[in-house]
Amino acid sequence: MAQLDSMAKLAVLADAAKYDASCASSGTSKRHSRDGGLGSTEGMGICHSYAPDGRCISLLKLLLTNHCIYDCLYCVNRVSSNVQRARFTPEEVVDLTIGFYKRNYIEGLFLSSGIIRTPDYTMEQLVRVARLLREDHGFKGYIHLKTIPDADPRLLEEAGLYADRLSINVELPREESLTELAPQKDSRSIRKAMGGLRLRMEEGREERRKSTRAPRFAPAGQSTQMIVGADAAPDSEIIRTSATLYSGYHLKRVYYSAFSPIPGSPTALPSQTPPLMREHRLYQADWLYRFYEFSVDEIVASTTDGMLDLALDPKMAWAVSHRDRFPIDVNRAPREMLLRIPGLGVKSVDKMIRMRRLAALRLADVARLTRSLKTMRPFIVTLDWHPGAATDAAGLVACVTPKIEKPLQLSLF
Amino acid sequence: MIAVDLEHAADFDGWRSAARRLAMAGVAPSDVQWRTPGGLRDLFAAEAVMPDVSENGGELRVSRRFVDLAERVVCHRDEERFALLYRMLLRLQEQPKLLELVTDDDVFRAENMAKAVRRERHKMTAFVRFREVATEDGPAFVAWFEPEHHVVRLTAPFFVDRFAAMRWSILTPELCVHWDRQALSFTPGATRDLAPDDDRLEEHWRTYYAHIFNPARLKIAAMKREMPMRYWKNLPESSAIPGLIQSASRASEGMIAAPALVAAKRSAKILKQVEAARPSAPHVGGLEGLRQEAAGCKRCPLWSNATQTVFGEGEANAELLFVGEQPGDKEDLAGRPFVGPAGQLFDRALADAGIDRTAAYVTNSVKHFKNEPRGKRRIHKSPNVSEINACRWWIEQEAALLKPKLTIAMGATAIRSLTGESHSVLKTRGQVLASPFLGDVFVTVHPSFLLRLQDEADKRREYEAFVADLSEVRRLVYG
Repeated sequence: MAQLDSMAKLAVLADAAKYDASCASSGTSKRHSRDGGLGSTEGMGICHSYAPDGRCISLLKLLLTNHCIYDCLYCVNRVSSNVQRARFTPEEVVDLTIGFYKRNYIEGLFLSSGIIRTPDYTMEQLVRVARLLREDHGFKGYIHLKTIPDADPRLLEEAGLYADRLSINVELPREESLTELAPQKDSRSIRKAMGGLRLRMEEGREERRKSTRAPRFAPAGQSTQMIVGADAAPDSEIIRTSATLYSGYHLKRVYYSAFSPIPGSPTALPSQTPPLMREHRLYQADWLYRFYEFSVDEIVASTTDGMLDLALDPKMAWAVSHRDRFPIDVNRAPREMLLRIPGLGVKSVDKMIRMRRLAALRLADVARLTRSLKTMRPFIVTLDWHPGAATDAAGLVACVTPKIEKPLQLSLF
Repeated sequence: MIAVDLEHAADFDGWRSAARRLAMAGVAPSDVQWRTPGGLRDLFAAEAVMPDVSENGGELRVSRRFVDLAERVVCHRDEERFALLYRMLLRLQEQPKLLELVTDDDVFRAENMAKAVRRERHKMTAFVRFREVATEDGPAFVAWFEPEHHVVRLTAPFFVDRFAAMRWSILTPELCVHWDRQALSFTPGATRDLAPDDDRLEEHWRTYYAHIFNPARLKIAAMKREMPMRYWKNLPESSAIPGLIQSASRASEGMIAAPALVAAKRSAKILKQVEAARPSAPHVGGLEGLRQEAAGCKRCPLWSNATQTVFGEGEANAELLFVGEQPGDKEDLAGRPFVGPAGQLFDRALADAGIDRTAAYVTNSVKHFKNEPRGKRRIHKSPNVSEINACRWWIEQEAALLKPKLTIAMGATAIRSLTGESHSVLKTRGQVLASPFLGDVFVTVHPSFLLRLQDEADKRREYEAFVADLSEVRRLVYG
């Protein structure tokens, strides 16, 4: 094979990495370089750019190599694909990371890799990049390492000492689908590895409570990704799987990635534009579970044949099917009920609660607390507003359904 | 009319010291004109004459929160920012909780201004692009940026934290900031032609930008919302955007239409090697073989919500078989029984009863953790009869291999599993029941029962009772 120059390798290995949705650089320990080294982290991540796909570019997201000995059908880098292959040396990745970082293009590095030779060998290479960055270059920016579940626990241990975040992708919501589409992967060992990481992170925090000198282990926690639309799993199953992952392994995030057609896609997989609206609804449902105190059963109850309504966001869907709970008096209702009001976010709810201790809320106040008064109107009572029978009106769904809703994504072509 | 001349556009300290004196002198907001260099000026305004206020002229109180807010608001480009803050300062003296009234005209406006400033600071940390230049003292990094608000001073410490070892300058039309690896300095505004116009890595960066983009998911509005077009002219990657959008639908249509490209011959060979290298499960008998078999158990649906099968643990020649209910959160993650808090208590009680830990084999009636996800936690749920029955198969196998001298049922689930009948733990505690598939079953409580007790005296009493049960076990087996 002809030698590729660094620009060509960058093109191939960025192409190979783009199907991983995660680009988060938030939630890690605070660091700065006033006493040496290069880089800093704040609590909040920074998105340095946005691509025309609307996704943030925060990290240099690369595969160390897209050579792979596995044959996961949904993956562009599977062994049976004849995509162009490339491989960076760890030093090349380090130089590129430092060069980009100094120009303020990125927050750090998100490094993953195809499996080459063995899981251990591959993991060693990833760890080596992180070690070079941290130890030889005093790099204090963000590092996210993809973790290979079958690798030696000692390598995972080392990875966690250098990286801010570790992640293992569960890939598909159904175990059977993984067996079918990714025959070399094993969902049991993925869950076991996640469980092991949670235990190790808790141990790390315990050690740091005893001594602030104890090393941090993956301070930004772990995350995972599920591909949506590559198998037949309905939303209800995906939501249940996510809840299991959040509660069992304390994941910071579950990313949903609408299955994108990949070059030379195998015929076993759907050949269609990615179901972006479905992906969006899943994220909204995910938020309801994590921040709005909805139980999985409540979210699933408002699905039809297991699928979330594409025309209505899941919080609104819950509200229209529970009209008896509305309207809600924003001057009296407890926090958990305020969180159920469509169009009202967590921050606005907390501002409302602080404010109503001092003055009764009027409709004009609510208008300033939220950007979506029109959506909320049929669901709330204020000092000077009552929706009357509007909450019960048969036309409610029509009146709260956004009119600009495009017929899914089909209009793209 | 009193005019106050501030030193620069975001001069918080100057505003604060003047505002303090004016407020203590009781000067009304409408009688003050706040002036900044380069700001709008009222030709007929009075000269700056500050009222003479002695330092003990009273007290002015504001919360830390107002100071935080004001530090942001002074950076806004709104000409009325200082007047607004002064008015709020006076109102706060009468209404200390004013800031909670987020829909009040002044508070709402100030919060919105602070929000705009925070956003612009954030965008500056994101969109400044340095270009490397060679200087006599080595490399330096220079950027050209055009902020919408007066955020240069506010944002400078961010760049110091991040690039303390680099020499850098950020040039803007209003104010330039420089870091020489020791200290920050500020100089008047500059023009774009003073900044370098290229960098050796920009082509790499554009290449990365173009290839990390997924043409199958075009969302131009989302991009523009987060990266408004007014920033584009100073972003080296933006020149790639029109071309990427134009070729996007063609590229993704191409992927959908393209036939599966398969490197069949090469991949078959590699996959064969991978398969050959996979450690095949050795056919071992005994407890180890049983454990391996149980790892894939799907006799009931509980596996789907759990991490792994938690099999029994202990020596093959153990004389005592202890059976609990099911693994908990910690056991599920670690893959070992009785390693959580209940397990630690069990170990201590065993030692206090004089039973050698190696003489005990511990296992659970149900080998997967039954739980219900609630937020970030898993709530323990008791297994039902069909799950207990499905899992009994494994206990039967374990018991058949171990041939224990005595089996100890800890708690109601274990009683159900081992005897096939429901008995109250409290009524049968300390008794020996019969099992249809193994010999005698001695009944005691589950150690987690002790953990749930709140009262210290109850805890002590129940712990002693538990140790007494275990001592009875020792007496029954060893005399």
